[in-house]
Amino acid sequence: MKNNNRRGFMGKAFGAVAAVGAVGSLYAMKKSWDPLPSVKAAGFTTLDMSIYEEGVMVTEKWRGKPIFVLKQSAEMLKKAKENPRDIERLVEVDGSHYMMCIGLCTHLGCIPAFRQDKNDFKCACHGGEFDASGMVQLVPPPRGFDIPPFKIDGTKLVLGEVGPEWQAMKDNGITL
Amino acid sequence: MKNKEPLILGVVVFFTLVTYYLVEPFAHHQMHKHVESEGFEYADIAKFTPTTNVAHGKELVTSNCTACHSINVENMPAPMDAVTSAATYGVNPPDLSNAGVVYDAKYLAAFIANPAKAANVSHKFNDTRPHPMPSYNWMQASEISDMVAYLQSIAVKAKDLTPAMAYENACGRCHAVHYEKWTQLGTKPAFKHEKDGLAYDIKVMEYEDSIKAYMGKLPPDLSMYIRSRNEHFISTLVENPQNHLAGTAMPRVGVSAETMEKVIEHLEDAGDAKRHEREAVGKNVMIYIVIFAIFALLWKKQVWRDLH
Amino acid sequence: MAHFTKATSVKDWFNQRLAVEKVEKVMMSEYWIPKNINFLWAMGMVLVITFAMLLVSGIFLLMYYVPTVDGAFDSVNYTIMREVDFGWLWRHVHGVAASVVFLIIYIHMFTGIYYGSYKKGREMIWISGMLLFVAFSAEAFSGYMLPWGQMSYWAGMVITNLFSGGSLHADGLVEWIRGDYVPAQAFLGRFFMLHVLLIPLAIIGLIALHFGALRIPHVNNQDGEEIDFDVESEKYLAGKKAESKVMRFANDFMAKDLMVVGIFLVFFFYLVFYNYGFAMDPVNFDPADGLKTPAHIYPEWYFLWSYEILRPFNIDLGLVLFAFAQVIFVLLPFLDRSPNSVPANRRGLFGIWFWVMIVNLIVLTAMGKLPPEGIFSTIGLVSAILFVVQWLALPFITKFEKKV
Repeated sequence: MKNNNRRGFMGKAFGAVAAVGAVGSLYAMKKSWDPLPSVKAAGFTTLDMSIYEEGVMVTEKWRGKPIFVLKQSAEMLKKAKENPRDIERLVEVDGSHYMMCIGLCTHLGCIPAFRQDKNDFKCACHGGEFDASGMVQLVPPPRGFDIPPFKIDGTKLVLGEVGPEWQAMKDNGITL
Repeated sequence: MKNKEPLILGVVVFFTLVTYYLVEPFAHHQMHKHVESEGFEYADIAKFTPTTNVAHGKELVTSNCTACHSINVENMPAPMDAVTSAATYGVNPPDLSNAGVVYDAKYLAAFIANPAKAANVSHKFNDTRPHPMPSYNWMQASEISDMVAYLQSIAVKAKDLTPAMAYENACGRCHAVHYEKWTQLGTKPAFKHEKDGLAYDIKVMEYEDSIKAYMGKLPPDLSMYIRSRNEHFISTLVENPQNHLAGTAMPRVGVSAETMEKVIEHLEDAGDAKRHEREAVGKNVMIYIVIFAIFALLWKKQVWRDLH
Repeated sequence: MAHFTKATSVKDWFNQRLAVEKVEKVMMSEYWIPKNINFLWAMGMVLVITFAMLLVSGIFLLMYYVPTVDGAFDSVNYTIMREVDFGWLWRHVHGVAASVVFLIIYIHMFTGIYYGSYKKGREMIWISGMLLFVAFSAEAFSGYMLPWGQMSYWAGMVITNLFSGGSLHADGLVEWIRGDYVPAQAFLGRFFMLHVLLIPLAIIGLIALHFGALRIPHVNNQDGEEIDFDVESEKYLAGKKAESKVMRFANDFMAKDLMVVGIFLVFFFYLVFYNYGFAMDPVNFDPADGLKTPAHIYPEWYFLWSYEILRPFNIDLGLVLFAFAQVIFVLLPFLDRSPNSVPANRRGLFGIWFWVMIVNLIVLTAMGKLPPEGIFSTIGLVSAILFVVQWLALPFITKFEKKV
């Protein structure tokens, strides 16, 4: 009887040791699927904001994702000022306002197209619409375009680095 | 007991076909605009009266065209190489050796008279940004048709125009086909030294930069277009790009119906090279598999004879 | 230790070591199949043959396929399609079989639902079958990434984004799955591994389980009749073949299996050579471009119904319902509370439930492909709601079903 108990205990103990090994190797397997350091290191892009023209939508690239940059024209800015959720989204560099965000629909990640005549963005996948400041106008997208982490450096923007302006946006729930 | 199998098969086939119809023909009909071919008639272009004064045509072509265009069959070289030409004009002006056979005669005459209008790209050009080729609408209609007659006289016979030649003339100055080793500068030669190959690639890139600036974006490589689009789409697009993509920078190139067939054949050679083999093998496999099914049926009948 | 004698024949030699005769009896000649079944019972064999074709064609594709973001597209469309002798054949067989296998899986699945073949000891057949469905879906999706065309890239983008969990914003999980911020080399490499190694291994294991699960309860029949296999097989072995209600698997039923396979192959090769377009989306013949979304993004036809359940709702509800649709079929044996295991047309309300389910899935499939505009989004919304309602109603419908 005593022996049996002991055998039962040893079996369980052996099982526990094996489980530790299994968890350890699962950890290694999980880590092997992580993005590589080189992939992560390539995650910084610098934009010179002085080169953009008002009202002209330019697509830049950051971490393989399109970045929409739209220097706001006077008309756009006027419209944005009417709505606090819009004006808060704009990035101010050297006195000018820019819409600068990840050009992927917040629904399922398609790239919306800029419509010059209407000054807005339309997603071909599921019909979502965004205005010139990147705020969502028509569902299914749950929110406006996401704004990538940025840091203002003179007339330049460093994407991928967290600056106080971006942190404030994040804290105020303007972006994720 | 009644045999229900035919009924069951009917139900299965019915639901399969309904699903197929809805997700394939019906859905594609809803998603894609259907453009009917106009038979390469170019109905919007006024009627054209052919003339036969080839000598006069030659005179006019020599004095008006060869400042920009080469005519290799007549030993008239291009004044500049392709890369420099593209940097100057946006795109390399075509060699005119086979223009008389590649393009529809009526279109060719209309193009000489007013390139932007004939090519349906007037929206791209204006007085401050004129079409790189000037209009010759100051010429007499008969003079233009004499030039067309001359170009037709020097071109190869229609039956001798190969699919590759048709493609290279009509599309190849903007669209690469890297599965056929075609770049916008011509067929990429085999280089002995890697350095020469790279130098060639750089020339192609420089050329592509010019077209990019001229067209707004780099015209796509057409290697797999016969499968990513289809014959009908490509034909109707070439016939009039504006019908498919309103406002596109792509010009109507004005090929004849015969040239279009050859262009399609060239694209099939690039993107669906084994189609003849597929058809031949397909026929044999179908014959074999029907025989296989018949034998399977006969064997089943024999095995099941005792079971009932 | 077992006692071995000098073998009297090659067969005897193997018999002593591997019990081949016994195995042959268990698996083939004394594996009893009811006689009152129809050709729908041959779909299992059709699936085995289709899977074999996928395996063989896949092996030949694997020899020239290059799993890099720069090389993948050309290795498929140039090397395999233009250079390798019969490379085009393997690719078309592989592509068409990958699509057709789902048609047969759906027929096989709905045969099971119609005839009640998931109850009375057959629950494990159903559950292993649904696990196979999940494994085949993962195999199809990972394979779809490999040509690295526009649809590969964007389907990869959209489907991996589902793992962010809507408002949960589990972007870290999405990046972990991709190994990058967007689908790129790490993504292609791991999906290549999944497609050619891990998932096929899982599929082969599950097929063994699926077959094993079938052996004890035996296959169902089209009348819901409970057959005493011992009595009926004795009758058969006594020579009363015509009287017995059962037959051998081999050669009796196998002959019919192969007849159905023969007819299926005529249809299959017709598709391979003359009508392959439905299985090889034209958009995927454009190379992947992360900065250009195709005008219409839709999955292959066999995923459309579940995709459509995701689409009409806001992202969170959509994801919940999508997850619901993925697991609900597995639970069928437990949601069906009726004691009857007979064809649906003899089960009153369940019969209606069955046909409405089929029609609704086809409607969802069609709406999943059509652009989400106007009347199509409305129909899609109604169908998606109907799908959920049907499943919620199932326990109640079946609970009050009369015993047949």
